Amino acid sequence: MNLRRDVFQAIADPTRRAILLLLASQALTAGAIASNFGTARPTVSKHLQILTECELLKQEQTGREIYYHINAKNMKQVADFIEPFRQMWDDRFNKLETIMKNLSR
Amino acid sequence: MELKTKINAEDGKHDIMIIREFDLPSELLFRAFSEPELIEQWMGTKVLKFEAKKHGGWEFEKTDTKGNVVLKTDGVIHEFIPNRKITRTFEMANTPFGVQLEITEFEKLTDDTSKVNMHVIYESVAQRDQVLKLPFAQGINRAHNRIQEILSKLK
Repeated sequence: MNLRRDVFQAIADPTRRAILLLLASQALTAGAIASNFGTARPTVSKHLQILTECELLKQEQTGREIYYHINAKNMKQVADFIEPFRQMWDDRFNKLETIMKNLSR
Repeated sequence: MELKTKINAEDGKHDIMIIREFDLPSELLFRAFSEPELIEQWMGTKVLKFEAKKHGGWEFEKTDTKGNVVLKTDGVIHEFIPNRKITRTFEMANTPFGVQLEITEFEKLTDDTSKVNMHVIYESVAQRDQVLKLPFAQGINRAHNRIQEILSKLK
């Protein structure tokens, strides 16, 4: 199986998006994150592992606990997938403008 | 060149706003969205049906160079107010993407310029993000088809 470790894979899953939203406001331990979801702890651990490998999350040791933080630098890429969509509409609208200008002449 | 089209899409929300200003009088801009012959030209799609009225239906079809249908889209027009607003549903046939609601508003800026605001509301955040990533896939498909065309000519 070819595992893709990128931002798009990370945000494709609703639980992972929920984890990112949860961590947007505060750093939490794996246990605290898991308590927010109705899924099994190992499932949440798997999601945390994927998010960490995609570099959307960072781990930080505080005493005996490991806290998960959002890696804000990489979150910017989420906005980037809109660019091709925006380009598509811009192409269409440019065409519209040209067609309508010719029509009014 | 900088794109003139703006898209507002906040993380974790299930809607987007597409905004664009045109060097066109608002009447001409509205015609481009409401006359089938004009829609066909700028959207690059065949218009099978476009009933420009409240409770009217619409149906578009995209074909490849060989005439095979690659995408069918359809929906219902909920509101049609000339030069001001078109509200419609939009769905891609035979895809898992569900239905979206599109509220398109037209605004006169000056005698020669105008603006369009398309508010697109999806069923869920996941559906929105999937649809937004589609042009990626389409672009890749197009490139693949092109490669296939070139290769088949070499045979």
